Amino acid sequence: MHKLEFILRRLVSSIFVLIGVSIITFALSRVVPSNPAVLYIGPRARPEDIVRVTKLLGLDQPLPVQYFIYMRDLLHGDLGTSIATKRPVLQEIFDRAPASLELLFTGMFLVVVIGVPLGVLSARWQGKPVDLVTRTISIIGVSIPAFFLGLVFQIIFFQNLHWLPLATQYSTDLRFTNPILPVTNFQILDAMLTRNWVALKDTAIHIILPAITLAAYPIGLVARMTRASMLEVLEQDYIRTARAYGTKEFIVTYFYALKNAISPTLTVIGLTFAYALTGTFFVEIIFIWPGLGMFTVSSLLNLDYPAIMGMTLFGATAYVLINSIVDLLQAWVDPRINLV
Amino acid sequence: MTTLLEVKDLFLEFKTSQGILKALNGITFDVNSGEVFGLVGETGCGKSVTGLSILRLLPRSASIRRGEVIFNGVDLLKISQDEIESVRGSKIAMIFQDPSSSLNPVFTIGSQIERVVRQHIKVTRQEAAEQTKEVLSAVGLPDVKRIMDSYPHELSGGMQQRVMIAMALSCKPLLLIADEPTTSLDVTIQAQILKLLRNLQKNFNVSVILITHNLGVIAQTCDHLAVLYGGRVAESGPTETIFNQALHPYTNGLMNAIPRPGGRGRKMATIPGTVPSNPGALTGCAFAKRCKFAFDRCVVESPPLYRVDDNHHVACFLVENQSK
Amino acid sequence: MRAIPPLSVEPELKSTRTFSHVMGVIIRDPLSLTSTIVILLFILIAIFANQIAPYPEEGAGKTNVDNTMLAPSPGHILGADRLGRDMLSRVIMGARPALIVPFGVVLFAILIGTPLGAIAGYKGGWVDNVIMRTTDLFLAFPSLLLAMAIAFALGRGLQNAAIALIVSWWPWYTRLARGVTLSLKERYFVEAARSIGVRDSIIIIRHILPNIISPILVQATIDLGTVILSMGGLAFLGLGTQPPGADWGLMVSEGRSYILNQWWISSFAGLAIFIVVLAFNLLGDTLRDIFDPRQYK
Repeated sequence: MHKLEFILRRLVSSIFVLIGVSIITFALSRVVPSNPAVLYIGPRARPEDIVRVTKLLGLDQPLPVQYFIYMRDLLHGDLGTSIATKRPVLQEIFDRAPASLELLFTGMFLVVVIGVPLGVLSARWQGKPVDLVTRTISIIGVSIPAFFLGLVFQIIFFQNLHWLPLATQYSTDLRFTNPILPVTNFQILDAMLTRNWVALKDTAIHIILPAITLAAYPIGLVARMTRASMLEVLEQDYIRTARAYGTKEFIVTYFYALKNAISPTLTVIGLTFAYALTGTFFVEIIFIWPGLGMFTVSSLLNLDYPAIMGMTLFGATAYVLINSIVDLLQAWVDPRINLV
Repeated sequence: MTTLLEVKDLFLEFKTSQGILKALNGITFDVNSGEVFGLVGETGCGKSVTGLSILRLLPRSASIRRGEVIFNGVDLLKISQDEIESVRGSKIAMIFQDPSSSLNPVFTIGSQIERVVRQHIKVTRQEAAEQTKEVLSAVGLPDVKRIMDSYPHELSGGMQQRVMIAMALSCKPLLLIADEPTTSLDVTIQAQILKLLRNLQKNFNVSVILITHNLGVIAQTCDHLAVLYGGRVAESGPTETIFNQALHPYTNGLMNAIPRPGGRGRKMATIPGTVPSNPGALTGCAFAKRCKFAFDRCVVESPPLYRVDDNHHVACFLVENQSK
Repeated sequence: MRAIPPLSVEPELKSTRTFSHVMGVIIRDPLSLTSTIVILLFILIAIFANQIAPYPEEGAGKTNVDNTMLAPSPGHILGADRLGRDMLSRVIMGARPALIVPFGVVLFAILIGTPLGAIAGYKGGWVDNVIMRTTDLFLAFPSLLLAMAIAFALGRGLQNAAIALIVSWWPWYTRLARGVTLSLKERYFVEAARSIGVRDSIIIIRHILPNIISPILVQATIDLGTVILSMGGLAFLGLGTQPPGADWGLMVSEGRSYILNQWWISSFAGLAIFIVVLAFNLLGDTLRDIFDPRQYK
């Protein structure tokens, strides 16, 4: 029962946070230096349009009323209309989300599968070569800007070594000869589901560089955090107890110690998701990946206000939800949290 | 009465940022089967380190320079890592001072003890759970089923220490090393735990090495004891003998320093000076600087452990003539 | 609890956190020493950019038609960009928005966030609630996303980007200051001061704030690296310094399309960001080891 109560409490607080997020986004969309109506329609607004939009958005009404209209539209799924594409922002987001999600999940998968083991090994063999290598990789990952790393990768792996493709999700010629049937709109997943092995190999190769570029910073963070956490845990008395009862060292490390150390690591993984959300902006531009990142960047260039505000709201909401899930996972792993 | 454990001439060093710390300088004592043996001394005398050395649980900065720890005819210091791991928990078990930090917070009590059992004895999960239940009730814990499903932080200090004792006894070891088991507990709980240890010693036929700085605890529970000072044994023997006829000036000082009722108005007896910080660096007797009976030889030469009686050993030149 | 005997009877009373001690540790550690030197070097370059840059007008944005896409060569060791501007000068001049502005950002974030956090932690009650709810709201956004949205809403430009970053960063300091204050509040010296009637505001200023300085400083050093990265990111997205100005992030973006053949246009600016952030991270690590913020949890 404790756990259920915790989950409910967490969900309720998330809702409050989301309301707050909507307030801030609303404030941002109204606090702009120029007339919000003009920004809403675009630079080529005619006077009649401005009047119409002003009425539509309720810009002549007091702020609380405006907020109410804003929330009403929001709950109906109306995030505004993109100035550039003339389609609903929500529609644009849904169309492009799969590509970004594919990149994100692949990246986060790499983070967990590379970052955590590196951190654990680094703590277990403190001072030995694997520790030094891990710490070097970590600090470089955390210091290099993603947009620069991507370019470096392109030079090394595409131009010099000819191992990996330069950009995009799928080779252009293969798009015609082996088109992927859209089932879920996730390219790699669809290729697998439709047994399109040629496409599968190609899309998999294409996602490598963008995913690693995206994962570099989080891997650095996660490896460092895991290492620090493991080191602290390995000092504890209960580890001495485990050894005092004859437990083999690798069980001590990967079972008794790790289960205690995993909690701060989970927090960091949640935080890195935040990074990854915004990291996709840079990675997608460099690798011309048709996802939300590219959409955001082009919206920035086009001064597409509704699109940017819609993306901000969407991104913040996703972030809040992910953090909630991470909190719940932590509670599940660490029995002490239940008593909060 | 057979000899279960013989610690002979144990020398231990720590590598620290301030140099080499010689923590143990020739520890020698025997523990017989079926008894409670006390290792007593002030903080820093090396008693905890001695306990850890028996099971080779020392940190990497420690190195054993010399000595033997003979258990059932085998020198524990010379066997392989795999072999000492099979001794730990199954033949010799250890419990520590702070039970709340010695139990793993993210595993239930039941799972922790069951894992220890299955580590050393080939049993099924079912059988391990049965054995766990048995040993948990043997240490006097009520509602064993609930305890097995609880986490350490859900129990009180006294219960946690009982759990640790249960874990220690789960594989029916021959020797139990208890490092300050009651120091972090309330006085009333202390008495309970000590009584428990005495009973368990009889029922499980396990010998206990009780490490403590509390003479009162020693007096209540131990059959034999060794007094440590500066990483060496100052005096060892049966409890009654030591308490009534202490021959080492340090032991005497300790006995006198125990406040007794009816002494109001009288000045409290203390031992002047402080414990040496790096006793191994000294050439003579570690206690010489504080001893009121010290003579020249004491500062230069370190007295060996003289045998004064069958079981009574004293490391002091004063008894040289009495020794046999 | 380890069974290692105490090493000396008289405890060391010397504080291990004085400035001279910190400097001593840094000087003796080759990585930290190199990092500090690198940082100081870059700061000097940024301050004296106009004097150091070989072609300062080109650095500031003046086009030079003759040198378009010039590869690194004598006279232009780092080559020239699409508009023929000397890359070395551009990188030097770009240090100002990319490196100096983040200092300002962190400073303001500290100035805004710390007092708020100290007050929240000390007063507790509804003051604490209000401040923390607001802080949590801002922290509910991924930092860069919030900065991006604000920079966008305010209009493009270096100043607005700086403001955006300040608004995104102050909540972290509020949280940190509050945490430290909460743990300090329990300490006896605060209770003692209260019991002789010292006013709350004086307690906060005289007793709490001085103790917050070290964890804040450590955090600031680490944050500087992150803020420089974020600034670079915003500039890359076109939200920071506007062309023809020089800014490392902007320069990487400008050279992006030519990366395969004219790699030098993007690379040196990107490298500059990397080196500076690496230096801050290494230094921050050392500082964190010295001050061990675990004590404040």
